[in-house]
Amino acid sequence: MTEQPKSAYFLVDNKAAVISKTFAVLVDNEAGVLARVVGLFSGRGYNIESLTVAEVDHLDHTSRITIVTSGTSDVLEQIKHQLERLVPVHKVIDLTEETPGIQREMALVKVAGQGEKRVEAMRLSDVFRARVVDTTHSSFVFEITGNQQKIDAFVDLMRPLGLVEVSRTGVVAITRGAEAM
Amino acid sequence: MTQDLSGAEMVIRALKDHGVRHIFGYPGGAVLPIYDALFQDDGIEHVLVRHEQGATHAAEGYARSTGKPGVVLVTSGPGATNAVTGLTDALMDSIPLVCITGQVPTHLIGNDAFQEADTVGITRPCTKHNWLVRDIKDLPRILHEAFYIATTGRPGPVVVDIPKDVQFKHGTYFGPSNIKHKTYQPRIKGDLRKIEQSVELIAQAKRPIFYTGGGIINSGLLGSQLLREFVRMTGFPITSTLMGLGAYPASDKQWLGMLGMHGTYEANMAMHDCDLMIAIGSRFDDRVTGRVDAFSPNSRKIHVDIDASSINKNVRVDVGIVGDAAHVLEDMIRLWKAKVLRPNGAALKSWWMQIDGWRARNCLAYKTAKDVIKPQQAIERLYELTRGRKTYISTEVGQHQMWAAQFYKFEEPHHWMTSGGLGTMGYGLPAAVGIQVAHPDALVVDIAGEASVQMTMQEISTAVQYDLPIKIFILNNRYMGMVRQWQQLLHGGRYSHSYSEALPDFVRLAEAYGAVGIRATTPGELDEKIKEMIDVKRPVLFDCVVDQHENCFPMIPSGAAHNEMILSDAAGEPQVSEAGKVLV
Repeated sequence: MTEQPKSAYFLVDNKAAVISKTFAVLVDNEAGVLARVVGLFSGRGYNIESLTVAEVDHLDHTSRITIVTSGTSDVLEQIKHQLERLVPVHKVIDLTEETPGIQREMALVKVAGQGEKRVEAMRLSDVFRARVVDTTHSSFVFEITGNQQKIDAFVDLMRPLGLVEVSRTGVVAITRGAEAM
Repeated sequence: MTQDLSGAEMVIRALKDHGVRHIFGYPGGAVLPIYDALFQDDGIEHVLVRHEQGATHAAEGYARSTGKPGVVLVTSGPGATNAVTGLTDALMDSIPLVCITGQVPTHLIGNDAFQEADTVGITRPCTKHNWLVRDIKDLPRILHEAFYIATTGRPGPVVVDIPKDVQFKHGTYFGPSNIKHKTYQPRIKGDLRKIEQSVELIAQAKRPIFYTGGGIINSGLLGSQLLREFVRMTGFPITSTLMGLGAYPASDKQWLGMLGMHGTYEANMAMHDCDLMIAIGSRFDDRVTGRVDAFSPNSRKIHVDIDASSINKNVRVDVGIVGDAAHVLEDMIRLWKAKVLRPNGAALKSWWMQIDGWRARNCLAYKTAKDVIKPQQAIERLYELTRGRKTYISTEVGQHQMWAAQFYKFEEPHHWMTSGGLGTMGYGLPAAVGIQVAHPDALVVDIAGEASVQMTMQEISTAVQYDLPIKIFILNNRYMGMVRQWQQLLHGGRYSHSYSEALPDFVRLAEAYGAVGIRATTPGELDEKIKEMIDVKRPVLFDCVVDQHENCFPMIPSGAAHNEMILSDAAGEPQVSEAGKVLV
């Protein structure tokens, strides 16, 4: 084994810990703005774990993009600067560290089955405070809200009970307290 | 001041309102209304290129040599896709370009119409910003924003894609006064506390070095002036990146030459051993740093850059200042004077002695021969015979480019145009066209290689058409020299496809184009032929036949540190580790 080659073309310190971060990005809702953000991530080799976007101010035409990404702290610092560099970006905030925020995701979970499994699915949905939004004699669609881990856990529990389909919104996040971003 | 104009007329009007005198372009179906408006207006000179890539490089040469934005006008589809290389080049080297592209009519967009391409999609990652103008109401604002964004902050290329129906439509035009942007607000002034901290560090430094780059050039003539002033006040050594050459005069005793992969021994050694690095308008590119974990290991680093994302990108620094180089330098000088700071004279003296020891290695030395011209010699003679004329030099990419950077001594900013970041072969000839358009009476020389120059050779025809007496000085070694050098050093001398079996006769080629061809094959005739080239007031293709096997040294092999350079007099094959071979 030769020593790992080192140059600027290689991440020299791959040993640095990879951490997850949530950024809220306020943008002008102009044509192509999402493509700019997504293209930045793919072009520079950054990860996107989750991305949500919607217009939040219909008069000002501003949209809010929430991105969950991961990387070393150097990479995450770059991601923030690179996002800020995009012309239609108003503001980027880090909702993980600088101003810890609340994160929520919603999922629609379809479970098919009969008999005991169906009862068990119903019972568990209660524990998770999921709502039934559609039902037939052989299926449920649950609506569940919470952080990613909660939804992961619910989906995992539904798997042996007849899970057939999942649709998730991706994470939205906001800071705590009275201050706006 | 508003006026009813067609979209096409608005384009021409906006160009004039932004002081544009020359544009580079190529007509086509989707841009004909703008060409029609151009025809009926005599305020703007259009230079017809032979390929849209040529238009973008010409505009880059124009921009880099004047400090003004370069303007490109091309049609939809292939017109726009051909411009992509030049746009990317301008993005990498922070050159302000405004590229206007025609687009198929709005009702045909998305229809795979004739000469349709998703221009904003294709150019999104290679522009600072771009727009598709679907509504005539938006056109004047977007045109003004385009100039504002291209030229301010970290400059760069922008694309305005205008469908043909929008060019025909009429609307209300308003002028460019009070252009403000909702979200784009570049930061010009640096943080004063950090600048203060920097000057304190500068006063304490024992082994300091200035490491400057293209950001100084982009901050205008004032940036270079202030840099010179501050460097002389401190008495510190200074080195620069490829893009920054000319900001500080190469004849000055504090100048160490260019740094990096083919930089001088003294510049790289001083970077490696310094205790304080003052990086201004440079971006720690991999061609500069070599192996980053061994880069200048014992120094504190101050980094001034207008782009916040450049700071801490490749190398972590101690003081990062976001701001324009000229503004920050102005504040540095003011604080230096106000605090009555002095450099550490004794330490500086011994630092200079150490540097003089490195200088004594004479790292750019090469052996001349009787019967064959050495490429370094050709550039040295070109320099000697053109010095004092404020010559503008452009280059292609490869060995000749590095030799030009090493052997041509630049005294002033805006006189050196080269493709640094993207490394675009074929940049130099069209760039020379653009430079000559901006400076009709100046001597403009493209130092070229025979491989690079063939990538955009057809632009010699543009030079002939517009009586632009550019000089294309080809160092002809019949190889893609830098590729051959790497194959020799890293790939066991297996010269895979780096030799040109069939080259044109450049002298006859020049004549076929209506230009002048000159050939030099021996050192004895070199001076006389170069003088002949300078004296001809027409475009010249100069075929300078040089040593085929000369390598460009010094060299930091990939994966090596600054203090592991290969020098030209190093005996035998240089040692490159297996690990280094996988790097480029």
